Amino acid sequence: MRNKYLAVPYVVWMAVFVVAPLVLVVVYAFTARDGGLTLSNFTSMHQYVGVFGNSFLLALIATAVCLAVGYPMAFLLAREGERIRQIAIMLIMLPMWMNFLLRTYAWMSLLEDTGLINRLLSLLHLPTLHMINTPGAVVLGMVYNFLPFMVLPIYSVMEKIDPKVIEAAQDLGADSVTVFRRIILPLSLPGVLSGITMVFIPSVSTFVITQLLGGSMTMLLGDLIQTQFMGTAYNPHLGSAIALVMMLLVLVCMAIMNRFGEGEEGAVML
Amino acid sequence: MKKNGVFSRAFMALVFLFLYAPIFVLVVFSFNAIKSRTTWGGFSLHWYVELFHNTRILEALRTTLTVSVLAAAIATVAGTAAAIGFYSMRRRPRGICLAVNNIPMTNADIITGVSLMLLFVLLGRQLGFKLGFGTLLIAHITFDIPYVILSVLPKLRQLDPNIYEAAQDLGATGLTAFRKVVLPEIMPGVWNGALIAFTMSIDDFVISYFTAGSKTSTLAMEIYAMTRRRISPQINALSTLLFVVVLALLVVINLRQSRQEQAARLRRATLRSPQKER
Repeated sequence: MRNKYLAVPYVVWMAVFVVAPLVLVVVYAFTARDGGLTLSNFTSMHQYVGVFGNSFLLALIATAVCLAVGYPMAFLLAREGERIRQIAIMLIMLPMWMNFLLRTYAWMSLLEDTGLINRLLSLLHLPTLHMINTPGAVVLGMVYNFLPFMVLPIYSVMEKIDPKVIEAAQDLGADSVTVFRRIILPLSLPGVLSGITMVFIPSVSTFVITQLLGGSMTMLLGDLIQTQFMGTAYNPHLGSAIALVMMLLVLVCMAIMNRFGEGEEGAVML
Repeated sequence: MKKNGVFSRAFMALVFLFLYAPIFVLVVFSFNAIKSRTTWGGFSLHWYVELFHNTRILEALRTTLTVSVLAAAIATVAGTAAAIGFYSMRRRPRGICLAVNNIPMTNADIITGVSLMLLFVLLGRQLGFKLGFGTLLIAHITFDIPYVILSVLPKLRQLDPNIYEAAQDLGATGLTAFRKVVLPEIMPGVWNGALIAFTMSIDDFVISYFTAGSKTSTLAMEIYAMTRRRISPQINALSTLLFVVVLALLVVINLRQSRQEQAARLRRATLRSPQKER
């Protein structure tokens, strides 16, 4: 049953539809509209430093919030009984199956100035809040959409922790803080790392969430790239250069993070 | 381990409230009689009726389902074959292949989208085709296959290599041995891969947006266009229907899976001698 030639069609497919497109991005990034080699796409990028900073900052905040909520969630879930766990995991995955545009759109009716949250606030005679079209709303949209990507990988490693290891530590005199610090935390680290990756990358590159919840106030990398390819500012060369720089920055972030995790192999979500 | 106390349960309830509050609002306002996202004007099925007369949405729904089913089916067959190929390779080439295989999964969607768009536009100019259903399908297959491979490969690794040889010793041809012995063993992985592939295709917006061209449009693209123009509560009706369908599907799949696992456990228990049971 070992037959390595079965991989040949897919290797060819990958070469054409995975590797070649990325090579094209690099080629576009280093050429001008007339086809000549140039670095101007990169040198003209300094005007977008703010966009880069904003994107990485908002994505970082969203990832931190996801971790702060998702880690305890996964930890608590893993301690529940079999039946509750199954239902809870299904409930976490269920929104993922609804299109994320719909989920983000739903927040619009909650966050608007005359939206449901503000109606509730004025009903209680509390001051209303301006929430939509702020960076905060964008972070909320990111957290809402990508929280399952944090919970699920952490949960899947937590679930596999052998309760006997914890009991053994307790028998040897460890209190619950020590058990958490010395056993649960290190064993759950691979899940945390893959969770961070799975939240950070879509957050830093999103363009739909910003357009729905951030209005015209927030321009992020995703929006910038999109306008270069589909929008009014059509310039795929500049767009490719921005995409390339974003890809490299993300790679650097991930490399630093994985170093921090001492090369633990990332857990796969499903 | 200790059981969760009141505070822990309350925390979990809050997280679920956060996850479901917007969906609940969507569902409630799909039955609204007036065209407001925030004011309740009485119960009505008006938007559902309109939804079923909206040919653009129905057409987009058909495109989405067609491309998702086709892409998932093709990716499942191709991905399973590729997984067997990868499994048979030596360490180094396999490492390289798996690294390339990981690219579409770890790269940001927008990068996969624009890079494929560049390729399709360039090839289209050379060969004389336009972006449309074909390029959309190719893009979906490309990002589906890696998930199938990652789902099938572990099952192949768990496989006892002796059973294939045993089948051949008993006179089965290679193909029969594969069909009768190997395939049933890796089938849960194959199904799981197909399911993930289908989910990824259904849920995708960004890659479709860049690769479908201006004539073809998936449901997500149609919703995106609607949110940029005027928003009709038809979107709420549509999301409610999708939610119900997905809920039903998930329940069916969960039941099926637990039944399959039980059957597999039973089969394994009767096939193997007790000493070999891990």
